[in-house]
Amino acid sequence: MILEVDGLKIHYSTRAGAVRAVDGASFAVPQGRIVGLVGESGCGKTTAVRAIMGVLAENGRRAGGRVVFKGQAIDEATTRKLLWRDIAYVPQSAMSSLDPVYTVGAQLVEVLTKRGNASRSAARARAAELFDLVGLSESRLADYPHQFSGGMRQRAAIAMALALKPSLLLADEPVTALDVIVQRQILDMLRTLQQRLRLSMVLVTHDISVVAYLCDDVVVMYAGQVIESGPVREVLARPRHPYTMGLRNAFPDLMSDALELVPIGGSPPDLSDPPPGCRFAPRCPFVLAACTTSAALMAGGGKQAHASACLRDDEALSLRKAAMDPATWQRSSNFAMS
Amino acid sequence: MATLVELRDVVKHFPVARSLGEVVRGEHPAVHALDGVSFDVGSGDAVAIVGESGCGKTTLGRLMLKLVEPTAGSIAFDGAPLAGLAGEGLRAFRRQAQLVFQNPFDALNPRFTIYRAVAEPLLNAGIDKAEHLDRVAAAFRRVHLPDLDRYLDKYPHQLSGGQLQRVVLARALVLAPRFLVADEPVSMLDVSVRAGILALMREVRDTMGLSAVYISHDLALVRYLCERTLVMYLGCIVEDGPTEEIVRRPRHPYSQALVAAVPVPDADQSRAPLPISGNVPDAREPPSGCRFRDRCPRAMARCAEETPVLRSIADGHRVACHLDLA
Repeated sequence: MILEVDGLKIHYSTRAGAVRAVDGASFAVPQGRIVGLVGESGCGKTTAVRAIMGVLAENGRRAGGRVVFKGQAIDEATTRKLLWRDIAYVPQSAMSSLDPVYTVGAQLVEVLTKRGNASRSAARARAAELFDLVGLSESRLADYPHQFSGGMRQRAAIAMALALKPSLLLADEPVTALDVIVQRQILDMLRTLQQRLRLSMVLVTHDISVVAYLCDDVVVMYAGQVIESGPVREVLARPRHPYTMGLRNAFPDLMSDALELVPIGGSPPDLSDPPPGCRFAPRCPFVLAACTTSAALMAGGGKQAHASACLRDDEALSLRKAAMDPATWQRSSNFAMS
Repeated sequence: MATLVELRDVVKHFPVARSLGEVVRGEHPAVHALDGVSFDVGSGDAVAIVGESGCGKTTLGRLMLKLVEPTAGSIAFDGAPLAGLAGEGLRAFRRQAQLVFQNPFDALNPRFTIYRAVAEPLLNAGIDKAEHLDRVAAAFRRVHLPDLDRYLDKYPHQLSGGQLQRVVLARALVLAPRFLVADEPVSMLDVSVRAGILALMREVRDTMGLSAVYISHDLALVRYLCERTLVMYLGCIVEDGPTEEIVRRPRHPYSQALVAAVPVPDADQSRAPLPISGNVPDAREPPSGCRFRDRCPRAMARCAEETPVLRSIADGHRVACHLDLA
């Protein structure tokens, strides 16, 4: 494992009290694999990644848990030293990582000289090499960010993240703002780079199609907790947690025969006052009385380290069958809408 | 079926700042947002317009609502040219044609209560205030927010994204329009909530007999909304046909690339290289002939010389391409 996150808790202090954005999340990133961290807005996926990098917002703090990178427990201070050289970050909007008043080349050279202690001539040569690596022409180093298209900016942001040869890349929605053809080009490039440079990667996204296309493993988050994880093929084909089953039904699929998307009724809980027990219980069509008092721990049910946090995990097969029937979700949606 | 909206050879150019050289040479550079777009929206039809950023789809939506004027060509609503509308005729059109905004978090004034936001179009249309509450209540019932009292005095920040999008839709429906343009109506919503809004939009369309145009970059999504899809590329319609045909058997080389690029939630999907490379060209200087030709894997000499026009290849299916695609 290159990265292990164990029982991570991140709290934001707000006027309304502490918001438990991440509340006991555990997952691991095996060496040389791409792990998709997937969930809807507010599930804690971005907060978890920002906490790993030690760049939480000012009102956020780590309230518990451990982050272990290459066998060493890291905290906010030690993480800072690892940034760029060991752990690098690709943001959603490349505009936010590129300064509009400097050329892209100058910014790349600055990272290489200031952070990497390279000489200016070595940095310039390396910058050209990095541009080539991400499929940009060397001549574009002299351009300003606004002269780049969205896809080119994202390539430049990836080049910058790779500047000091990190072993772990954390990418937060790196293709979300892009058009589908450009998105595909960037995803293919990420896969190529991952293999060539033997990178490990965490890809934060809300899009399970992107996870299915690019990732090896997936970690599904809901309301600050990890509710299911395992190899992508396993989790998408045989989901074990009702939330993952519901997400799969609600997600548009260009190639499916079903012409009906099935919503999950209700909305995620308020994280300043989460419900006791399973956080998905108020929206779950398979809820039992026990679910509202105690939450299940992540348990391996299937093969290949496929695990889910559901009290009814041993019934996953029959729940999955029931979940395919839209009527199953109708009940919970009526219940939650009223 | 009767035609509700009719577009003929619609052109929209946006002027851009001129360089000194262009001023001296008397040139007027412009972004060619739309170049000769013609299609009809039948009464009760749902049409999707898909394409990448900059293809002109949003401009097209704005033109159909007379929020911008075309540079050339004509648009008619219910037989009446939009260009000639003024006074009462224009007000009547504004009541009948409504826009559903993209981002529910931005579409509502944060200082207005939900009631005021939804009643505002009634006020603007000069409808008697005594009728407002009933009309708002009817719109709320249509979008399945039955418990009116729970929402009316609330402010937008007190509602969830899904509830807000229902309110935005109620606002568009409060004048009982005949035509809706929805620009990326669910792109800001979470997956689990989005499906409910899509179903709602279909239901509202059917029960009210509305015609609707949905503008989206997401081909996978419009499948669940529209039986007919127009694919746009750089200001032109390249394919117009039944959505399922375009998804299963896209004919235009651009539609083929677009369909191939969409990822699906299945680990065993195709990862074959895309049939095209490069980027969308600059809309200030689009290529001659077919605008897709310099990225097209099957381009011929003719494609540079002659602009392909939309021609019928099957019932209700048109393609703008010189290749034999039937």
